Amino acid sequence: MRHIISMLLENEAGALSRVAGLFSARGYNIESLTVAPTEDPTLSRLTLVTSGSDDIIEQITKQLNKLVDVVKLLDLTEGTHIEREMLLIKVTVEGPMREEVKRLVDIFRGRIVDVTEASYVIELTGTSDKLDAFIQAVGGAGILETVRSGVSGIARGERSLRV
Amino acid sequence: MELTGADILVRCLQDEGVEYIFGYPGGAALHIYDALYKQDKVKHILVRHEQGAAHAADGYARSTGRPGVVLVTSGPGVTNTVTGIATAYMDSSPLVILSGQVATSLIGNDAFQEVDAVGITRPCVKHNFLVKDVRDLAATIKKAFYIATTGRPGPVLVDIPKDVTAHKTEYEYPKSVSMRSYNPVTKGHPGQIKRAVDLILAAKQPMFYTGGGVILGEASAALTELVRVLGYPITQTLMGLGAFPATDPRFVGMLGMHGTYEANMAMHECDVLIAVGARFDDRVTGDVSKFCPNARIVHVDIDPSSISKNVPVEIPIVGAAGFVLEEMIKQIKASKKQPDREALAGWWKKIDEWRKLNCLDYDRESQLIKPQFVLEKLYELTAGDAYVTSDVGQHQMWAAQFYKFDRPRRWINSGGLGTMGFGLPAAMGVQMAHPEATVCCVTGEASIQMCIQELSTCKQYDLPIKIVNLNNRYMGMVRQWQEFFYDRRYSHSYMDALPDFVKLAESYGHAGLKIEKPGDVEAALREALKQKDRLVFLDFITDQTENVYPMIVAGKGQNEMHLKPCKAVVPTDRELA
Repeated sequence: MRHIISMLLENEAGALSRVAGLFSARGYNIESLTVAPTEDPTLSRLTLVTSGSDDIIEQITKQLNKLVDVVKLLDLTEGTHIEREMLLIKVTVEGPMREEVKRLVDIFRGRIVDVTEASYVIELTGTSDKLDAFIQAVGGAGILETVRSGVSGIARGERSLRV
Repeated sequence: MELTGADILVRCLQDEGVEYIFGYPGGAALHIYDALYKQDKVKHILVRHEQGAAHAADGYARSTGRPGVVLVTSGPGVTNTVTGIATAYMDSSPLVILSGQVATSLIGNDAFQEVDAVGITRPCVKHNFLVKDVRDLAATIKKAFYIATTGRPGPVLVDIPKDVTAHKTEYEYPKSVSMRSYNPVTKGHPGQIKRAVDLILAAKQPMFYTGGGVILGEASAALTELVRVLGYPITQTLMGLGAFPATDPRFVGMLGMHGTYEANMAMHECDVLIAVGARFDDRVTGDVSKFCPNARIVHVDIDPSSISKNVPVEIPIVGAAGFVLEEMIKQIKASKKQPDREALAGWWKKIDEWRKLNCLDYDRESQLIKPQFVLEKLYELTAGDAYVTSDVGQHQMWAAQFYKFDRPRRWINSGGLGTMGFGLPAAMGVQMAHPEATVCCVTGEASIQMCIQELSTCKQYDLPIKIVNLNNRYMGMVRQWQEFFYDRRYSHSYMDALPDFVKLAESYGHAGLKIEKPGDVEAALREALKQKDRLVFLDFITDQTENVYPMIVAGKGQNEMHLKPCKAVVPTDRELA
């Protein structure tokens, strides 16, 4: 099953490689990973998407908690949460496709952020599923490049990941 | 007064109460070596290879419970310690490794003797640090010792660039350390302990299965009391030997691949399994789907990630072994419930039947020296009181089977990583820590050659280690597997071109003895043990065909042991010549 695990890391050199190294050393999957400092500059927030059986996910969270640089950890998928990922996609658009792609962008509530005679750059935010759906829908136009930010997430309501 | 980083480092070691450090100098560490020269509180032991330093510090740590300290230079200095660090990591041994690094201005420039020490060691340390500012040095060293020795212990590396050891700042060693991201447990959940006690008292066929965590947690006395109060059988892992006295009849021997028949059968048939400080390693469980099929399992471990990792557990208790076991004793003594003595008597009867098979028996009439015989004699002649280190292979298993350890921290071996070359340098660390004790290194002619250069260190520091070399001219365990699983194709397991170990020992300034007949074994051991002030290298020429039994073949269940020694068909030295 797919899990979104979010953690607060000491903002130290090498902290990220400890997390990444753990996954490769123990043969766990990382589907996506994002990391950036928080409002407290000594802490970074790292969010990763992984998948595995309940046993594997239990081991992953235990092993992550064991890392000295991991301050606190939350499996967002254990409760209600908001998940977002951003996509930047560059597509070739000529002739009638220009209108067609613009309509698609509106339907998905994206934005065209760069326009040339031959291409659009589109920005779209949403769940990973939504981004997948958009990429599929726009596939008719030639995709030149896609950039995805990886998943970020936050728990709904009272549940919070904080020190 | 401002001190240089090098002086600060040495002051930190003094304030930590460090007695010995094991190391080897080099460019990036020279300021530190200069600071060491100017004092005499911390004694430096100069090894012959940095791997030896890590193993020696490890031996020191395992035999004392205090952290072992290693000091090496950058580049090859630190890469040479990696095997030793990984060995310590797998067996949860507290080490602090101090490595020199090129100056901060050169880091990343492929400078001379530069290596990414923090990156290379990351997967095999509990934690590591790169100190970039001398003002962080003392606090980092404090953290390193704290992390290495608390919770589940392990190695911690501190990489120190050369300019940091030259820069000056005020020295103050922190009195305490608190880290928001590292708070090891010290107790255990009372509710879980209560549940466990209820289950333990209701057992009909109970079994204790304990490991190295009991020793690391200084919980031997509590374990011994608990097992004796209950009267339950106990088995111990390779790493756990000595935590509970081996001569107590409640001990049914080691378990696992080369464990006793009675221990493995009792595991297989038990209804309640009490695992303490053990991690259900594959060499213990065999096929996990067949592991303890009838058992409800209680697992006490300080590391939550060890619980339910390989085998699902009914009652997990995350906590320090000593605290949890003492709490269990209290609750059991206060409880109205008592163990079911009748069921227990029946259980013991069953175990005694298994015992009658005498699974460790070997051919005592042999004209060749049987390795088991050497270890039996070693046990007898040292009255079970020696510190025994070992290397890895058949001799390691025989030492574990035949030397009855009654006390913790006496059996020092590389269980997790299985590092050949561990035994001799580890024995140096043990002997440094216990100068009056008898320290024996049980080894083989293949393993000993992996760190043989340390014979020179032993001479320099007058370490009177007794090396018991079980010389069968084969990498015995490799040969055994080739015999069983590769249709006797003995690919590269014969040790050709061996040195004359007696002459080799003598050339290093030690005594050497070669023993070729069973009748000479006892006299040779007596002679060696009598020599309190010098290292004696005992080269026992043993039966090449001997295999380690019993054996559970990898992937088989605990109740599927091979017991009967089959006569091995092994080309002898003469045929190979």
